Amino acid sequence: MPPDPILEVAGLRAGYGGTQVLQGVDLSVGRGEIVALVGRNGVGKTTTMRCLIGLVRATAGSIRFAGEEMSRTAADARARRGIGYIPQGRDVFPRMTVQENLAVGELIGASRRQRRADLVYQYFPILAERRRQMAGTLSGGQQQQLAIGRALIGGPELILLDEPSEGVQPNVVQAIVRVLRSIRDDLGTTIVFVEQNLETILTLADRCCVMEKGKVVDAIPPGAVTSENVRRHLLL
Amino acid sequence: MLGNLFAGFYQFADVFAFLVLSAAGLAIIFGMMGVINMAHGEFVMCGVYVTAASYHAGLPLPLAQACGTAVAFLIGMVLEAVVIRPLYTRPLDSLLVTWGLSLVVTQGTLVLVGSTFPGIGTPLGGFRVGDYTFSAYRMVLFAAAIGVLGFVWFLFLRTRFGIQARAVMQNPGMAQALGVRRNRVYALSFGVGAGLAGFCGALYAPTMSLIPTMGSSFIVESFVTVVVGGSSVLLGTAPAAVALAVIRTGLNAWYGQIIGQIGLLVAVILIIRVLPDGFTGWLTRRTA
Ligand SMILES: Nc1ncnc2c1ncn2[C@@H]1O[C@H](COP(=O)(O)OP(=O)(O)OP(=O)(O)O)[C@@H](O)[C@H]1O
Ligand SMILES: [Mg+2]
Repeated sequence: MPPDPILEVAGLRAGYGGTQVLQGVDLSVGRGEIVALVGRNGVGKTTTMRCLIGLVRATAGSIRFAGEEMSRTAADARARRGIGYIPQGRDVFPRMTVQENLAVGELIGASRRQRRADLVYQYFPILAERRRQMAGTLSGGQQQQLAIGRALIGGPELILLDEPSEGVQPNVVQAIVRVLRSIRDDLGTTIVFVEQNLETILTLADRCCVMEKGKVVDAIPPGAVTSENVRRHLLL
Repeated sequence: MLGNLFAGFYQFADVFAFLVLSAAGLAIIFGMMGVINMAHGEFVMCGVYVTAASYHAGLPLPLAQACGTAVAFLIGMVLEAVVIRPLYTRPLDSLLVTWGLSLVVTQGTLVLVGSTFPGIGTPLGGFRVGDYTFSAYRMVLFAAAIGVLGFVWFLFLRTRFGIQARAVMQNPGMAQALGVRRNRVYALSFGVGAGLAGFCGALYAPTMSLIPTMGSSFIVESFVTVVVGGSSVLLGTAPAAVALAVIRTGLNAWYGQIIGQIGLLVAVILIIRVLPDGFTGWLTRRTA
C-alpha cells in the first residue's frame, strides 16, 4: 500500500461482449509515482487502461480516484476530474491540426488554456514548430508527443499512458521519457504506463505491476526494477 | 447581351441557393452523427409555418424568419435528446423513426392547421438588367446561401464547439476521454442541422404556397445534394451544389425544365458511380 494513494483499483472486472478479459484487477498507485504495467501480449493491459478512463465499462469492482468512486462515472467526467489518457496507437485526430488537437481537451477558462498550451509547447518544441500541420501527417514519434501534450492540456493529476514507445524511434523515445520524468518532477503528476520496451521501463518506472490473464499477479518494488527482474515478464 | 449573361447567372444562383439551403442541415446531421433525417422536410416546413404565423401575428419578415429558424433549432435539440440519441448505434431504426415522425407531422399539420395556410407575398420587388426583370429576393436567397456556408465554416473551423464537434466526428471515444461532453455536442449539432432546415423554410416561406406536404418539395434536391456531396458541408455540399446547379441550369436553358430535372438525376447517378463517397471523399483524399 503506497502512502497517499491517488488511484485504488480493487476486483476490477470487464470484457467485450461475452468474454471476460479482466478477472479482478487490484492496483494501488501513490500520488506522484510512476508505475509500469507489464505483461505479455493479450493479458489485458490495454483493457485495464480503457476501463480506468471509462471507455470500457467495469462489470464489477471499484476504481477510486483521489478518494472518489469512479467506476460508474462517464469517461468525459473522469477526464474533467483529472485523468489524462493516451491510448495505444495514440489516436490523434488526423484531419485536425496540431493546435486544434491540443484545443479539444475540456478546460474552463481561455487564459488557463493558453498557459497550458504554452507549457506543452515548452515540453515538446517540435509541436510548436508544427502547430499548423495536420496531425495525420506527423511521424509516429511526433504523434506520440502530441497525444501526451493533448492529455496534459486538461491539467491531469493522473496520466494513463499505453505503450508510449510503440512505433517510435529509440532516440525520440528517450526524449519522451525525459519529458515524462520532468512532468512528474515539476507538476507532481502521477503516471501509470503500459510498456513492452525494457529500456523504457528501466529508465521511467519507479516500480512495476505484472499482469497475467486479466489480473495483477506480481509486483517489482522500487529499487528492484532491474533488467533481469523485468525481462522475464516481457517474453511475448 | 448583358441581360442574357445575367439571366444565366441568375438561374444558376437560384438553383445553387436552393440546393445549399435545403441540403446544409441534412448534411450536418448526416456528417456528424450518420443519421439520415427523413424528417428533414418537416423541419423545413416548421420554418415555413412558424415564419408565416409570426408574420401574420405582426412581426416584420426578418424577425418572423428568425423565429422560424429558432423554433426548428429548439425542436431539433429536444428531438435529439428524446428520440434520436438512443438510436445512434442503430442507423436503420433512426431512419425509420424520423420517417414516422415526418408522417405524423404532415398529417398532424393537416388536422390541426388545415390544408392551406395564408401565405406571404414575395418582398422586395424586381430589378432590371438589360431587357429583363429579375426578383431581388432571389438575390437575397443567393446571399443567404453564401452566408450559410460562411456560418458553417466559422462554426466548425473557428469555434471551440466546432473543434470538439470535429473531434467527436473523427473519434467519439477519444474525444470523450479528453473531457468532451459528447451528448451535448450531438444535441447542438442536431439542433444546428434542424435550425438550418428551419432557416431554409423561413427564407422560402414568401415564395411558396403553404400546404402540409410542402416539406417533400425540398426533399429530392436536399438528398440529391447530400448524396453527391458526401458528409462534409464545405467540401461536399458546396461543390456538389455548384456542379448540380451548373448541370441543371444548362439543361433547363437548352432543353427545358423536364429534361433539366431528369438530367440532374442522371448526373447524380453518374457522379456517385465515380465518387462513392461524394465530393467529400474525393477532396479529402486529394488534400490528405
Ligand atoms: N475490442 C475488442 N473486442 C473483443 N475482444 C477484444 C477487444 N480488444 C481486446 N480484446 C481481447 O481482449 C484481450 C486483452 O486485450 P488487451 O488489448 O487488453 O491486451 P494487451 O495486454 O493490451 O495486449 P498488447 O500487449 O498486445 O497490447 C485479448 O484477448 C484481445 O483479443
Ligand atoms: Mg495493449
